[in-house]
Amino acid sequence: MRRAFSAATMVAALALAVAACGGGDSGTTAAPAQSAAADPSKVSGEITWWDTVRPDSEGPTFQALIKEFQAKYPNIKVKYVNVPSDQAQNQFQTAAQAGTGAPDVIRSEVAWTPQFASLGYLQPLDGSRAVENEADFLPGPLSSTKYNGKTYAVPQVTDTLALIYNKRLLAEAGHEKAPTTVEELKQAALDVKAKTGASGLALNVDSYFLLPFMYGEGGDLLDVQNKKITVNSPANVKAMETVADLVASGAAPKPAIQDSYANAMTALKDGKTAMIYNGPWALSEIYQGKEFQDKANLGIAPVPAGSVKAGAPTGGWNLAIYAGSKNLDASYEFVRFMSSAESQARVAKEISLLPTRPSAYDKPEVQANEAVSVFKPIMETATARPWIPEGGQLFQPLLEGYQSLIGGQATPEDMLKKVDDQYRGIFKDWS
Amino acid sequence: MALSTGRASSTARDRTAGSGGARGQDRHQRPGPLRRVMGRHWYAWAMVAPVILVTALLIGWPLARGVYLSLTDATEATMGRTIGVNVIPSTYEFVGLDNYISILTSSLFWDKLTWTIVWTVACVALHYGLGLGLAMLLNRRVRFRSTYRLLLILPWAIPGFVSAFIWRYLYNSDYGVINGMLKAAGLGAVGWLDDPTTAKIAVVAVNVWMGVPFMMVAVLGGLQSIPGELYEAAEVDGATPWQRFRFITVPGLRTVSSTVILLGTIWTFNMFPVIFLISGGGPGSSTEILVTYAFREAFTGIRNYSGSAAWGVIILMLLVVLALVYRRALRRQGEVW
Repeated sequence: MRRAFSAATMVAALALAVAACGGGDSGTTAAPAQSAAADPSKVSGEITWWDTVRPDSEGPTFQALIKEFQAKYPNIKVKYVNVPSDQAQNQFQTAAQAGTGAPDVIRSEVAWTPQFASLGYLQPLDGSRAVENEADFLPGPLSSTKYNGKTYAVPQVTDTLALIYNKRLLAEAGHEKAPTTVEELKQAALDVKAKTGASGLALNVDSYFLLPFMYGEGGDLLDVQNKKITVNSPANVKAMETVADLVASGAAPKPAIQDSYANAMTALKDGKTAMIYNGPWALSEIYQGKEFQDKANLGIAPVPAGSVKAGAPTGGWNLAIYAGSKNLDASYEFVRFMSSAESQARVAKEISLLPTRPSAYDKPEVQANEAVSVFKPIMETATARPWIPEGGQLFQPLLEGYQSLIGGQATPEDMLKKVDDQYRGIFKDWS
Repeated sequence: MALSTGRASSTARDRTAGSGGARGQDRHQRPGPLRRVMGRHWYAWAMVAPVILVTALLIGWPLARGVYLSLTDATEATMGRTIGVNVIPSTYEFVGLDNYISILTSSLFWDKLTWTIVWTVACVALHYGLGLGLAMLLNRRVRFRSTYRLLLILPWAIPGFVSAFIWRYLYNSDYGVINGMLKAAGLGAVGWLDDPTTAKIAVVAVNVWMGVPFMMVAVLGGLQSIPGELYEAAEVDGATPWQRFRFITVPGLRTVSSTVILLGTIWTFNMFPVIFLISGGGPGSSTEILVTYAFREAFTGIRNYSGSAAWGVIILMLLVVLALVYRRALRRQGEVW
């Protein structure tokens, strides 16, 4: 019985795989339709799009955009698949390598883009209809789409980190303004703790959230131009000492290592902590918290500066096309539509994700969105990360280091030394 | 399957022809050994052929490919492929035992191996000990026996990843139920997954919770196959409960125990979901066992196929050696397995 069942399952799986291979074959024109204006009624085909947004809060806006697109291009059918952002990279790599099941268009995180491109999974987009008016993109996000002099993606949304805080708690502690430096941050957090009973700052033990402290002291992970590993630098030691001091001084309670993101979010939403670092993607969730029924209570400010600058990392998402797509023309049109200033403005207005086009920021509906207008200046000072194929591998060693620093098993020097060792295993010929 | 049908038919013939009859007849005719086997058991061979073929395809081929890859320097970047307009040539090379040498000379491997062994021994000992205890309890006549059995089998019925997520929530240091109870009892909260020692205890506890039901059911089956008369006779002879356990229960369970302990060891050694989903190998990489590390090699960033294949082959060899040693030890005790 059991064997019969699994054999049936396998047959079904095979049938599905075959169907998936052959699924998108209708009406293919392989030659890239250069920049010649395409007649929407002539482009046809079915394309699959892997989206990575939160399906409940952000998904509806993107599905509405797809409806709009299909109305404009009646012969293109878009199949919307929501893949959780922490799984999409792995699933895409597996599917692309196997040659079956990869989507035509993928929403690719900025750090994944050069990696996918270096592995040959992405269609070069130079001169195709997908890229429209490249001059109208912010330089940071645009730089993430280039690899070896070619363009492999189009920036869809961008993001960065900011200090997100509870205005009421800070005011009760005697701080009307958000702290602008790390020293002020520590003081404000200690005051909150002393005067309100809530904790001051909830840290999130994750590599990305460590970057503002490093950039703030003028440190970085790598010097890509000179092929140097710079993670073990005096600036970074200072940054790690700052982080350790925030915990040791009681400004931030010792964070949980597992689930610290969720714990920090819950603490902020429930008014149990006054400040966290997070990005625009978290806002829709934060506004659901009981402390922020009155949206005015939520403050958003640039990350506090270290001794050198206020440095937040650049994140964001691009739209890339799988090189094996059977419907390149339809994919080009889809990417063009989704990254247009109009589409970006709609996304910004409805779910506060930051546009990558300066022209989108000029639109009145975007300017009316408070979160976007707060994040825009922060975005301008954000530091671009190294866009290299190995970019995705930099985080795990840093995460392990951060965990051992918080757990008290390593000093800042030990921790950075260990991260440095692991980076040397990844970049074998770097100095 | 093939052997049992063959044996069944030969015993049937033995019964008519007397002892050694079937074998004796064959020797007189003297066909070639292959033909003799094929002639006698052709139907059995025909029946297992599809299974052998599928097994060879599903297990043999990936295994051979894995061993081959482990001798090269293949990564996702050096494996050739053609996707649309992108043509990437294969540039990986045969490097012999380099991967194995670099793994076996790294302190990382020995750290992970030590922890994997501690993890396996701790888990299997607790699995078996608790499973045996519960099975003995449930083997008595108690009220609601089937209800207890059902409840105790429950952890096994829940998919592993679901249990793992539930436990991860229970362990949460700020909002978890366990710390909630500790706080309510006036004790301090514990960062269960935040410290290497408590994280290790935490993952072992979850795995024990998940693995005990299987042991319990297997041992219960073994207990029920021990004839009750033995206990009665022992009781009549004045044996103490401990003597009854020591001289009837333990030997009676030996066959079942040796099998489930070996199975449990292999499963626990490769127990991926508990570690991966609960502690993620952290904090740092303190709870990472060999398989989770091999997975990380294989599935993060630019995939290192050759390195992870080498890890896989080493894990396989460790388990094969374990099974052989274990079997030999059992045979020395007079166990047929």
